[in-house]
Amino acid sequence: MNQDPPPWLVLEGIFRTMTLLKLHDERFRSLLKAGRVAMPYYSWRGQEAIPAGVSAALQPDDYICTIYRGLHDSLARGVPLRELWAELLGKVTGTCKGKGGPMHITHPKSGVMVTTGIVGSSMPIANGLALASQIGGDGRVTIAAFGDGASNIGAFHESLNLASIWKLPVIFVCSNNLYGEHTKFENATAVDRVADRAASYRMPGIRVDGNDPLEVYAVAQTAIARARRGEGPTLIEAMTFRFYGHVFGDQDTYMGAGERAAAMAKDPVPAFRQWLISSGKATEAVLARIETEITAQIDDAEQFAIASPFPDLVELETDIYAERSV
Amino acid sequence: MMPENKPVTLVAALNRALHDALAADEKVIAFGEDFADREGGGVFGVSKGLSTQFGTSRVRSTPISEQAIIGAAIGASIVGFRPVVEIMLMNFTTVAMDMIVNHAAKLRYMSGGQTHVPITIRTATGAGFGIGGQHSDMLEAWFAHTAGLKVVVPSNPTDAYGLLTSCIFDDDPCIFIEPLGLLRSQGLLPEPGHRIPLGKANIVREGADVTAVCYGRQVGDCLAAADALAQEGIRVEVVDLRTISPMDMRTITTSVRKTGRVVIVHEAVRSFGVGAEISARISEQLFGLIRAPIQRVCGFDSPVPYSKPLETAFLPSRERIKDAIRATIC
Repeated sequence: MNQDPPPWLVLEGIFRTMTLLKLHDERFRSLLKAGRVAMPYYSWRGQEAIPAGVSAALQPDDYICTIYRGLHDSLARGVPLRELWAELLGKVTGTCKGKGGPMHITHPKSGVMVTTGIVGSSMPIANGLALASQIGGDGRVTIAAFGDGASNIGAFHESLNLASIWKLPVIFVCSNNLYGEHTKFENATAVDRVADRAASYRMPGIRVDGNDPLEVYAVAQTAIARARRGEGPTLIEAMTFRFYGHVFGDQDTYMGAGERAAAMAKDPVPAFRQWLISSGKATEAVLARIETEITAQIDDAEQFAIASPFPDLVELETDIYAERSV
Repeated sequence: MMPENKPVTLVAALNRALHDALAADEKVIAFGEDFADREGGGVFGVSKGLSTQFGTSRVRSTPISEQAIIGAAIGASIVGFRPVVEIMLMNFTTVAMDMIVNHAAKLRYMSGGQTHVPITIRTATGAGFGIGGQHSDMLEAWFAHTAGLKVVVPSNPTDAYGLLTSCIFDDDPCIFIEPLGLLRSQGLLPEPGHRIPLGKANIVREGADVTAVCYGRQVGDCLAAADALAQEGIRVEVVDLRTISPMDMRTITTSVRKTGRVVIVHEAVRSFGVGAEISARISEQLFGLIRAPIQRVCGFDSPVPYSKPLETAFLPSRERIKDAIRATIC
């Protein structure tokens, strides 16, 4: 965190986002652990600094396409907590009336246009959103979020190539958490750094400490400004670690001994909190008040989601075609 | 502008439909491989002149990257554009199936109706041109088997104009299949902007004895077979589906109630195909009214072969169609 820090408003926003992501994840995993809810849950815990830093650099009407490990992108973009929780529980009050689920959160009002459960598929569609902005001249940028595993799939290469030749206002944000499902990054990837792949597509490729929200914020700002100027895409590789494996219940037997513990010792959320206090940006009391506020919001969202009804069975055959949509 | 009364080719009708849609609505954009005029205006010439007239922002050539092409169309459509993309040949849609099946078809549903994907994927195909097993398949059943997609196959230039226009302005993802064997066929252009409703079949010949259900290139073959069989006193009603999915069962069942005999004709492989679906629905809805086993005249359950005699045998011939129709009578 060497650069001049942004103003308190930005710092506070980043802290709020990171706190929300952490507390949401902890609450949700406790429900899963207690058997009160059941679903494939892809925790982002440990990667909070990336969506917090990127989102702080975006305008409210910018777009994002994210992935199944992307709930945190949705929360960071401001998808209402109640609707998000209700969607996770398959309730009709959810963002998608309960018909999308955790891997398909959509909330255009927050700029969350697509959440895909298919590795690599956020990128071709993000290009299309950016194409719309380019043709329409609306000045928006689009974030394509994905993981290190997706940099080995064809869609990544097709998308970076097209974005580059068309100079699309899109930013490819790779959260490199060192594992694609259970396979270590270096055992699956023929380059040392995903960012190096940008060279093949004549765009800047920047590797950043994905646990430092201010570094992520600064790099995102540069990339976003470049995209808005019409100079084309950037590939950002944010180095991080997922604390709870590929999916909830993951036994982590594929990881080296101590690897997770070492990563958790560098937990970005308390680290940023500590920095805010030690650098005199905020007092313990201010941050504790924010945490209490967010805990109350999560309590409220949880209760709202649990109390909400499931969709009526008529929804099964609604929204398939325009003619049968409400 | 008055419609020209001079016949045009199906390629020209498609070109005119694209032209008129681009002129009518600035949200219509179009792209594909070799699509702009610098690259020749499309491998079959369907997009000739469009990039010159409407500019290379709205009408673009792309790299050979089918996932990127369809993904870009999906993304732009979610925020209000109406992209029309060309996938040169239908077999090349297979490398973009994730974009079509997992995304275009499902985003309306999975978003609870918050987003939708008004894209049109134009793609040409068909056997009989000596281009072998990876360039000739009719894959309409794959797409019809995916909820959320509309699948359209024109049988003549006039219909091609009206159906393509409807696809472009429809709010759902449409797969528009252009039969290679019909690209040079001739027909009249309709009024500018003319639309033919999707999901509605067309009775192209009336008859009381046997219903022939078909689409695309096989409509002409069925009409020729019907002409020939008229000499034998067999009156064939020919139903051109126009839209495979959603399927217009009302028109089919109305016809079959009258005739009691059905022959389904398509070029795609026989098993698990459109013919099987129609046959199943007829037996569900009209059991007891059918006076003869339902016949299917289809491609074989094989890849499309290269060698000319084999490839010719693969296609539903007029002789096979006539034999199947006769088989429902005796």
